[in-house]
Amino acid sequence: MTAVLSVQNLSVRFRLRDAIVQAVTDVSFELAPGRLLALVGESGCGKSVLAAALLGLLPGNAEVRGRVLLGEEDLSAADERTLARRVRGRRVALVPQSAATALTPVRTARSQLVETLKTLRPDVRDLDAEADRLAERVGLPPADLDRYPHELSGGMAQRVVLALALAGDPQVVLADEPTTGLDRPLVDRTVDALRELADDGRAVLLITHDLAAAERVATDVAVMYASRIVEHGPAEEVFTDPWHPYTRGLLEATPARGFRPLPGHPPDLSALPEGCAFRPRCPRRDTCTDDPAPRRVAGRMLACAHPATEEVSC
Amino acid sequence: MLSATGLVAGYGKDRPVLNGVSLTLEPGRTIGVLGPSGCGKSTLIRVLALLHKPDAGQIHLDGEPVRRFRYAAPAELRRRIGVVFQHPRASVDPRHTLRRIVAAHLPAGAAPEETDRLAEQVGLTPDLLRRRPHEVSDGQLQRACLARALGSGPRYLLCDEMTAMLDASSAAALVHLIRTRRDLGVLMVSHDADLLDACCDQTLRWHELTSTPSEAVSHGRNRAPVAGMFRE
Ligand code: SF4
Repeated sequence: MTAVLSVQNLSVRFRLRDAIVQAVTDVSFELAPGRLLALVGESGCGKSVLAAALLGLLPGNAEVRGRVLLGEEDLSAADERTLARRVRGRRVALVPQSAATALTPVRTARSQLVETLKTLRPDVRDLDAEADRLAERVGLPPADLDRYPHELSGGMAQRVVLALALAGDPQVVLADEPTTGLDRPLVDRTVDALRELADDGRAVLLITHDLAAAERVATDVAVMYASRIVEHGPAEEVFTDPWHPYTRGLLEATPARGFRPLPGHPPDLSALPEGCAFRPRCPRRDTCTDDPAPRRVAGRMLACAHPATEEVSC
Repeated sequence: MLSATGLVAGYGKDRPVLNGVSLTLEPGRTIGVLGPSGCGKSTLIRVLALLHKPDAGQIHLDGEPVRRFRYAAPAELRRRIGVVFQHPRASVDPRHTLRRIVAAHLPAGAAPEETDRLAEQVGLTPDLLRRRPHEVSDGQLQRACLARALGSGPRYLLCDEMTAMLDASSAAALVHLIRTRRDLGVLMVSHDADLLDACCDQTLRWHELTSTPSEAVSHGRNRAPVAGMFRE
């Protein structure tokens, strides 16, 4: 299927008083209906800035280059009014980081959902029936909509937030670290619900540092390091046979795969080195001299210059 | 040993969060406690760290019963117990540099090299020490919090969901650091079974703590830590 969201050579930087922070560098990817792309990486790699860029929510001092196409519309050129009235919530919806803080404590889930429906879909006649339908869609018994947020369990609150995100019937759902601090069973249920949205024909972008969650539901995965995407491909291939040394290192750091930390620290985004930013931490740096330009190899994107990179793990 | 017997504690008289909890930590062992969030794990940590007075039950620290808690707890006892919390940002002063945070629990008058030594232990480089919390990642800040906890020279280290906010590599790095300190008695509480299985000598489920101490030990799942852990 053709992409509904297409990010083309997107770069974002912030000019501060004494430094320039290069948060996103030359990022390109496409997202098609029915796919769930997990964007993974360590904290501070630029993931969240990328998410903000896709929603047109960057602060005023951001300098943006490249394009973000939503269908035919160029979001990077759209003004705030267009974004607010036609895009956010309607065509691209955000699932926020914390369900607990996203809900207003003094109103029932139903009244919040109905109000959102009223603003986003004025054509809907029977708002209550539509709210029930949305609740069922995310696996919440409609009667639970009549509860106040403090009467909802963590899992129920998560579902309400998901129903709110779906109220505008968006084509693209963007979830930015939706599982931080949740128990594993709740993490699983939350990401499973996102996968169902993809199976339903929406395009889902899941931004997360939780590799187990990403592996569970993603159809595709993009790995971000120091503001760039260094590897991107079908999730099953990348998780079973990671090519980029950073992807390998990240996977080997998970408790299930050896729990070995990567040496060193990610670079400061205001002092990125020339060439490969992973070099200081890379186990292959001594046999690698080239500057890694992103290249396509067998349906995957890879930004590593090492000749042996796309060979089966060593 | 740091041991708790029959702890009852909470934040209101009628609904205790801990109800008859017993647990023993000994130097050289890492004990994991697995439980869902909200089960009372954090309260247990606070009581063991002498930060919260239990309504009933006993804490023994190296053979001595502990009688005073919170500000009344003798500094000499508190120094023996280090704590690392889930949210590093909530447990540091945002105006301090990482160097100052790391040095916070060192004995008064400690040489600056002591701070360097602590920082090095947790893998913080000198340039990171000059930064303030907003200039580092959660993982880097949590390393500083761990270094701070080690500064008082504790025998016991209590970790409350220490890695929940962190990416895999930072989490692995922190746990690895703790595992290299074989002198410490460590308690890790978490809702992540994979994590505890990978790094603890023994993992107990939350409900197992409410039986008698000897029972709790025999019900625990004994697991050797993964061999790869100590590969540099
Ligand atoms: S380009 Fe070279 S230094 Fe960079 S990740 Fe690849 S092998 Fe390592």
